[in-house]
Parts: sequence; C-alpha cells; structure tokens
Amino acid sequence: MRAWRTLGVLAGAAVLLLVPLALEQYKLYLASLTLVYLIMAIGLNLTLGYAGQISLAHAAFMSFGAYAVAILGPLGVPFEAGLLAGALIAFFWGCLLGFPALKVKHHYLAMVTLGFNIIVFLVLRNWESLSSGSFGISGIARPRWGPVGFQSDRAYYYYILGWTLLVVASAHWILHSRWGRAFRAIRENEMRAQVVGVSLRNYKVMAFAIGSAYAGVGGALFAPLLGYIDPGAFSLDRSIQFLMMVVMGGLGRFEGPFIGAAVVTLLPEALRASEGLYLIIFSLSVILMMLFMPRGLVGVWDWLIARVTRRGLGPAHPPAPPEPATIVEPK
Amino acid sequence: MTDVLQLFVAGVSIGAIYALAAIGFVLLWQTSNTINFAQGEFVVLPAFVMVLFLTVFRLPFAAAFVATLLVSTLLLGLLVKKVLVDRLLRAGVLPLVIATIGLSMLIRYSLQQFWTPLALPFPAIFSRVPIRLGGVIVSPEELMNVLTAALVIGALQLFIRRTKLGWAMQAVAQNRGLASVLGINVSRLVALTFMLNAALTAVAAILIAPVYLVKYDLGIGLGLKAFYAAIIGGFNQIRGALLGGLLVGLVETYSAAYISNQFRDAFALVILIGVLLFKPEGLWGVREEWA
Repeated sequence: MRAWRTLGVLAGAAVLLLVPLALEQYKLYLASLTLVYLIMAIGLNLTLGYAGQISLAHAAFMSFGAYAVAILGPLGVPFEAGLLAGALIAFFWGCLLGFPALKVKHHYLAMVTLGFNIIVFLVLRNWESLSSGSFGISGIARPRWGPVGFQSDRAYYYYILGWTLLVVASAHWILHSRWGRAFRAIRENEMRAQVVGVSLRNYKVMAFAIGSAYAGVGGALFAPLLGYIDPGAFSLDRSIQFLMMVVMGGLGRFEGPFIGAAVVTLLPEALRASEGLYLIIFSLSVILMMLFMPRGLVGVWDWLIARVTRRGLGPAHPPAPPEPATIVEPK
Repeated sequence: MTDVLQLFVAGVSIGAIYALAAIGFVLLWQTSNTINFAQGEFVVLPAFVMVLFLTVFRLPFAAAFVATLLVSTLLLGLLVKKVLVDRLLRAGVLPLVIATIGLSMLIRYSLQQFWTPLALPFPAIFSRVPIRLGGVIVSPEELMNVLTAALVIGALQLFIRRTKLGWAMQAVAQNRGLASVLGINVSRLVALTFMLNAALTAVAAILIAPVYLVKYDLGIGLGLKAFYAAIIGGFNQIRGALLGGLLVGLVETYSAAYISNQFRDAFALVILIGVLLFKPEGLWGVREEWA
C-alpha cells in the first residue's frame, strides 16, 4: 500500500509540474482553478470530514481572502501580506462562528453558517465604499517579487501550485499531529474524547477556524486568477459546490479533496459540449453518486488499488476499511 | 394606519403559503431527520404540472388540482422516499443533504431545459376584485389564501392529534426505536410524511402560482423562505413553522414597503440570525438534546 501511495504521489506531482507546459490558455486557467478549489476543499475536509462540523459558509471565508488582496493591493501592500491578512480575517471569523458550534450541532450549525454566507454576500453587495458593490473590483494584480513577476498565466499557475503544496503539507502535518487525532476522536465520539482529556472547546473552534483560514488563502489566490471579483462569486451556491467536492471526494480521507475538487471543477467543463444538458447530467450524477457511493470516489480508488494489488503485484492485503463518513447518526 | 392593516393582510396572505411549505419541512425532519433542500422545487414542480393539466389537457380546475395532487404525492412523496431516502438514511444525514441539493438542481434545470425558461402565467383562482372591509381594501384572493392554508393546516393538526395514524406519527417523531418496538411500521409512516409533505407543497403551489408567475427558478427563494420560517418558529414544531411562516411573510411585506425593496430578503435573515443566537430552538420550538 505504502509503495503504491508513494508512486501515486510522484505521478501526481509529475502531472502537476509538467502538464501545464502543454496547456492552452483556457485549460491552464481551469488547471489553476482546480488547484484553488483543492485548497478550499482541503480546508472544508478538515472542518467537516475530520472534525464533523458542517459549514455552508466556505465561500464567505473565501471572499475575505479575495477582497483582502483586491483592496490592499492598490494600496501598495505586497500580495503575500494581503493573502495572510485575508487568511487571518477568515481565521478570526472562523473562531467567532466556531463558538456557536460549541452549543449548536448538526443542522443548526448548517443554518448558522448558511445565514452567515448570505449576510456576507449582502454586505459585499451593499457596502459599496469598501467592495464597490455588485460592480465588482477589476484589475487585481498578480504577485511580484522584485524583478520576478507572476504575470503570465503559466507563471501564476506555478505560483498557485507552490501555495497548494504548502497547504497540502501543512494539512498533512496537522492531521498527523496531536490535533488531527483529537479531531477524529471528537468526530467519532465527543463524550469519549472528553473523557480521555481532549479539550472539546479549543479543538472544535480550531478545526473550524483553520478550515476557514485555508478558505481565505484560496480566495486570495482566486482573485488575481481572473483579475476581477464581484459578490456573485461568493454566493451560497459556491459554498454548496465546495460541500459537494468534499463529500463526492470522500469525507475525512486525505485523498478525498484531490478527487472531489478535480471532479466538481472539471466534470461540468467536460459536459459543456452537450449544450444545456450538462447541468442536468451533473446534478443527476451527484444523486447517483450519493446513492451508490456515499463514501465518495475515494471508495472506488480503494477498490481499484485492492484489485490491482491482489493480482500478484503485491501482497494480498485487504484494503483498510474506510473510516465511517457518518456525521450525524439518524435517531 | 390603514396602510399598516392593508400590508398586514398582504403579509399574512403570503406568509400562510410559506407556512405550508415550512410545515412540510418540519414533518420530514421530525419523522426521518431529513432536511429537504429541494423543498422549493417541490412547490415549483406541482405548479408546472398544474399548468400542464390546465392548458394542455384542458381539464377543469378541480380535476386538474386532484391530478396535480396525485402526481405530486406519488412522484415527490413516495418515489423520492423509496429511491433516495431509504437508501441514503443509512449512510447518515450528509449524503442525503447533498442528494436533495442534487435533486433540486435536477428539477430546476430539467424544467428549464425540457419545458421553458420563461415565466408561465397561471390563472387566478380567486377573484382579485378588491372589496372593502372597514377602512381596508383587500382582495378575495388574499383572504382565500389565508383561509385555504388555515383549513389545510387545521385538517393536518386534527389528523395528527385525533387519528391513530397521527399518534403513530408522533410516536415515530419522538422515538423511532421505541416506536418500532411498539409495532409501528416506521418506514410506512415515513413514507406517509413524505406524501403529506408533497401534498402540502402542491397546495402551496396552487396558491402561490397566481401571485408570482410559474418559473423554473422560483424554488430557490421559496425554499429558502420556508427554511427560514421553519427555523425561526422552531424546527420541531408544526405550530412553530406556522408562526415562522407568518412572521417571514409579514417582515418581508413591511420591510419591502417601508424600508427597502432590495433588502426584503435581508430582514427575515436578520431575524433568523437573532433567533439562532438567542433562542436556537426557535421562537416556539422545544429544546432538543444537543450532546
């Protein structure tokens, strides 16, 4: 299993590094967008998949990063400083929103975050002196390090890739530290986690806030990709899209967001040729996926690896049973 | 003063329709822990079906209504329960949430693609000729909307309080496991709630269709408002959903008239956030066990 995993990571890295060299402009844009969405999905997977807290406000947290770089950039603030500011603002609001998460649970948290996303959307649209309202902000600059600029689409792709690797590495580190174990313990059984000494309060708020901070990073990288943002890009629909990525990929699995972000970003594009039908096909496949693979596409991946390894390419280990994706047990 | 009263009638008239959809939400949550994110489309689809029966098959109004009710309860009630809910509930709540979001998209875009992206007119059921009540001018349509909703909700309450089937439903809502031990067929009762929900949304559809036009994307706003109403009132109480629906309708009408038409949706939302912060079980709900 380990060897296969390493092989998969190496192959993935090669694809990410080399393929963009051959892509034309629009496909390069899609590749960059997929990376940004991957960052978003990793954050949400941390909050939802590992700590079991549903968030329908991920697009709102994304907007903090996007508007931070869009507003601070023209004031002469370097891009990276704007990105960090956006991530911090998202982290701060994540803490604030994470506190009700201590009291409320399940569907109530879904509603608190849903309401938060709608309010952020309305504020962005109506606080015109700050956000230019529905007019949006255009001409958002890409980062520049002294003489080195990331102006071209290709250069900016590699810039996003750099941040993506940072996010992946830090998420990996978090999940394999004391923190990750605590998150999982909370998700499995709050009472038991408390008994063995996990401080519910800190970890729950942290899981929510860190996931939100990642969304801030994603938003900051998103804004210069098009060079234009308006409130419409951060609506509730977008939050639901992120939720779909995480669930379709596979909740609480490290590989989940990679698959989910790629599928949710690229599948509608692949279906676009089918005229107006693509949204219908997309929504139908969402339903079918939930019916037949509620654990997400990672389950298919496990099954494939298990088959290949059984065919004499390695020892016949049964695949580890996937962790339960249950968030709320039905009464 | 007459303005205030006049707007009150308009607000209650719309609010009563929101309440119908909100009560359906609550029924589903109570018996099966299902949040139906396609509730708005559950209102829109019957409206389209009704138009089909009225204009293409040229059925008389009553026959078209019965046919719509039948299609709605079978398709949106029984079929959705059997195909989606039975399988997905075992996997936890989240896959079901995603699936109903998918279902709402499927209904919305199918209507747009295979029927029409345009708004269809819907015949007014009740007269719109204004009548004078004291100093206030109201239309029979507004009064009949309230009356119809009140009748339907009253009948539903009687059914739940006075019949054996209704008691069984309450038992399932309170404790699934115990209810099934007591010999109640839980699955059949959940199916019944789904059919009741579809019937409620069908009635809401017929009432709201003449007010707004019938359009494929009408459901997003409707579903959201029913959702607000259910939470504001209390997600686990029918009376709460009724109160929430009326409140959302009133707040929306008053704020549109007196404050800002663009912000009409925001005010209901502000109330929603306030309720979630200070009384998360809803204005008229019962506190659930959080832990």
